Amino acid sequence: MLGGLAALVLTSPGWPTVRETFFSWSEFKNCFPEVLEGFWLDVKIFMVVEVAVLILALAIALIRTSGSPALFPVRLLATVWVDLFRGVPTILLVYLVGFGVPALQLEGLPTEPVVLGGIALLLSYSAYVAEVYKAGIRSVHRGQHDAALAVGLTHSQAMRHVILPQAVRRVAAPLLNDFVALQKDVALISILGPLEAFRLAQIFQGENFNYTPLIAAALLYLMVTVPLARVVDRMGGSGGVR
Amino acid sequence: MSAAPVLEVREVTKAFGEREVLRGVDLSVAEHEAVALIGASGSGKSTLLRCIDLLEEIDDGDILLDGEVITDPSVKPVAVRRKLGVVFQAYNLFPHLSALENVILGDRRAHGASRGEAEERGRALLERFGLAGREDDRPDNLSGGQQQRVAIARAFAGRPRALLLDEVTSALDPELVGEVLAAVRDLKAEGMTMVIATHEMAFARDVADEVAFLHEGRIVESGPPQRVLGEPQQAETRRFLSRLLEAGRA
Repeated sequence: MLGGLAALVLTSPGWPTVRETFFSWSEFKNCFPEVLEGFWLDVKIFMVVEVAVLILALAIALIRTSGSPALFPVRLLATVWVDLFRGVPTILLVYLVGFGVPALQLEGLPTEPVVLGGIALLLSYSAYVAEVYKAGIRSVHRGQHDAALAVGLTHSQAMRHVILPQAVRRVAAPLLNDFVALQKDVALISILGPLEAFRLAQIFQGENFNYTPLIAAALLYLMVTVPLARVVDRMGGSGGVR
Repeated sequence: MSAAPVLEVREVTKAFGEREVLRGVDLSVAEHEAVALIGASGSGKSTLLRCIDLLEEIDDGDILLDGEVITDPSVKPVAVRRKLGVVFQAYNLFPHLSALENVILGDRRAHGASRGEAEERGRALLERFGLAGREDDRPDNLSGGQQQRVAIARAFAGRPRALLLDEVTSALDPELVGEVLAAVRDLKAEGMTMVIATHEMAFARDVADEVAFLHEGRIVESGPPQRVLGEPQQAETRRFLSRLLEAGRA
């Protein structure tokens, strides 16, 4: 079927033009070094935001799954956080944070587009990933919590030594899945101006009226997301702890 | 028994919503004594054990451990649980930890033992319950009987004042029951104070100093096993025992 599709594309009347505007080897060579450099910025943003997401999302999930009445106000806040930031398109958050926060002209708030874009991604992905953690925590049998308390652990020790290790193992595949999505969504920061891969590719494309730089950027994304996807596959197979 | 009881349950009631599970339970367990709790499924045996370990909050009454009212709101449940050991019907081992790590987790994190001393004690305990060589196995790789013996070692590792055993053989294949009961007998022989919820009447007769029959949330009859199991005074006890006899369990 893939072969048929390829044949259809390659024999289409527009193919020679498409080949020239999307797959020009000279354009590719011309733009690749700079797009690659831009991609390095994507990778850096991804890594910093991912770590922040993992920490913040875990905190939100712990608050959401806690039954303590004293935590009710914080729990409400966490619920609103998830509803709000999961319910708004990420691209909108990038616009709102990226252009809204500097417009406030408040002292001490970050004005760097890269930082603001990173914050927007953090808001969006912390809400998603918190729900993944929460599902993992809920999936651990209640008897595990009882047994942890019975050996004398406090509630937070039970979480740390018994519940979370099992929960995280169970949701490792969906967590990695969100890694892949985040890696791609870093490109949304280009809206705010930082010269990351997609932005640079767009600039090259505009200069020469050739789309090959976009293909170059796409290839770079694939170089990261495909290996990640293979890791996800492998984890899905082993299924973690029962 | 003349000595002050280790555990004392006074007029304890517990309801889940509309359902009254415990309706005024009294029970006293002296040091080195094993009390067998018998009764039909749903009679409140598990709930009573969970209440004693403060895994459930009681509605009314008092529970005392070494004379201290542990159900008082000012008492920290964690401190109480560190003095008690529980073995659950479904083992509830931690599946992500090895047998040895299961046994020493409480000793290390709750009792502050160093890794070295906790491991030394843990290995000795596993060996004692016939699990030498299985220290690094995950629960998944152990039989039900082995898992339950790890669970017994885990409960015992905190050097508890009393052990609470909740139908520890009910989830086991019949041929594995014996090895777990042997482990409990071993603890009894060394003088462990125990409350044993059980369906195994022969075992109750053998190991318990006292049998308490729980029926509809109350202890309707208690006393030495020969009397409660041999010449039950109450009609409910007789009915319960004869049903067990028909099922071939007594």
